[in-house]
Amino acid sequence: MFESLTELLNQNDIFTVATLLQYWDGLVTTVQLVFLSLVVGLVIAIPLAILQSLNNPFISKPIWLYVYVFRGTPLLIQLYIIYYGITYIDGIQESFWWHIFKDPFYPALIAFALNTAAYTTEIIRGSIAQTSRGEIEAAKAYGMSWWQMTRRIVLPSAFRRALPAYSNEVIFMLHASAIASVVTIVDLTGAAQNIYSRFYAPFEAFTFVALIYLCLTFLLVFIFRKLEARLLAHLRPRTH
Amino acid sequence: MKKIAIAALTLLTAFAVQAKDWDVVRLAVDVPYEPFEYKAPDGTLTGFEIDLGNAVCEEMGVKCEWVIQAWDGIIPGLLARKYDAIFSSMSITPERAKKVSFSNGYYNTPTGLFAKKGADLDLSNLKGKRVGAQRGTIQDNYATDNFKGAEIMRYGTADELVLDLYGGRLDLVVLDFPVGESTILKGDKGSEYERVGDFLQLGAGVGVALRPRDKDLLEMFNKALDTVKSNGVYDEIRKKYFDYDIKI
Repeated sequence: MFESLTELLNQNDIFTVATLLQYWDGLVTTVQLVFLSLVVGLVIAIPLAILQSLNNPFISKPIWLYVYVFRGTPLLIQLYIIYYGITYIDGIQESFWWHIFKDPFYPALIAFALNTAAYTTEIIRGSIAQTSRGEIEAAKAYGMSWWQMTRRIVLPSAFRRALPAYSNEVIFMLHASAIASVVTIVDLTGAAQNIYSRFYAPFEAFTFVALIYLCLTFLLVFIFRKLEARLLAHLRPRTH
Repeated sequence: MKKIAIAALTLLTAFAVQAKDWDVVRLAVDVPYEPFEYKAPDGTLTGFEIDLGNAVCEEMGVKCEWVIQAWDGIIPGLLARKYDAIFSSMSITPERAKKVSFSNGYYNTPTGLFAKKGADLDLSNLKGKRVGAQRGTIQDNYATDNFKGAEIMRYGTADELVLDLYGGRLDLVVLDFPVGESTILKGDKGSEYERVGDFLQLGAGVGVALRPRDKDLLEMFNKALDTVKSNGVYDEIRKKYFDYDIKI
């Protein structure tokens, strides 16, 4: 079985076992990078969104500024600034941190995580602000503290409402990760570029990688649809 | 009937004579590409390839005319008979060889390895080191095939490559030597970096491109190139423009 597959692949120049392995490594890198960015981004975004909804100007202004800067500049520029900018910090190359920042993966992870955190903060803040007054008044009438109210009433419903918008952010992040290849990370796009430049076959190399991205997107859409069906069931109109 | 046959015969012989008889050879060149071809302040064409081309024409016993042609249209222009040969730093590649025929190579800029001074790299064992190259170049292929165990970092442009070498992310860079010389060694941190190991000769070099049907002209070019390479004319011209050897 495996041998006949190898034989089939050897009939063309571009999609050999070796190049498919390159694509596979690229896929692993892309999934790692996007997944870690989203996790770190979410961990940053949730506290920031809660703090923002406190309406304390000393807290919300700096958060607003952070969100504004990261939403207001292209991700590619942020990546360049973090990737190349870090090397200009005096003494960094002799410090312990250089082991981390020498690798292009971590500067890219930082840029992507900060970027998606800014967008996610805005998504969650928006849906916290939409919590109906009646629910908050009811919680207060029960004598809940601010933290109890936030934990039991505000956040669960805010997360549910944020889900459709957040699924968009996840898919955008997957596609935005293609720019990781400009700082020498061999993600899916990087693998396609290497294969294209080795075989001078841009159409085959990039079409194949586009299909992989399509499959990944389809998987994400499917997961979020299932999640929404489960978590937003109470918002669907009754059918009987 | 006879008349037509005679006329046809005369025409044919006329063509045959014309095909063999090269009084004037028109050479296409894309300027400026220093120091290979560029215009002197007074407007005359000059450069390594101009001097070499004139020497080759003299050897062939023909008169040469230089035609300036932008790079993008340089092969179509040859096939459309706007000129007879391309003498403009065209690297010999299998893709181009499908359209044009190439003479023997007449120069190849060497490839250099660049590293930080005092890094003391063992070039036979680069395990765990980061080696930078420009994506899709012969240097990229060389590094991929020869530096097993090293991590090959590929860049779109030489500038990004130099930025990461200066930034300390790369241990070694494989680059066309003239490019490396002007960007790494003559850059703002150039004094901290040096060329290491030997010069490498990669690829088939640069050749004269001709229409595939002009086999006689190809023969003439190859013979003349061989002569100037062996009789010292080539070296004399080379020394005017380069302080390292580029002859192949």
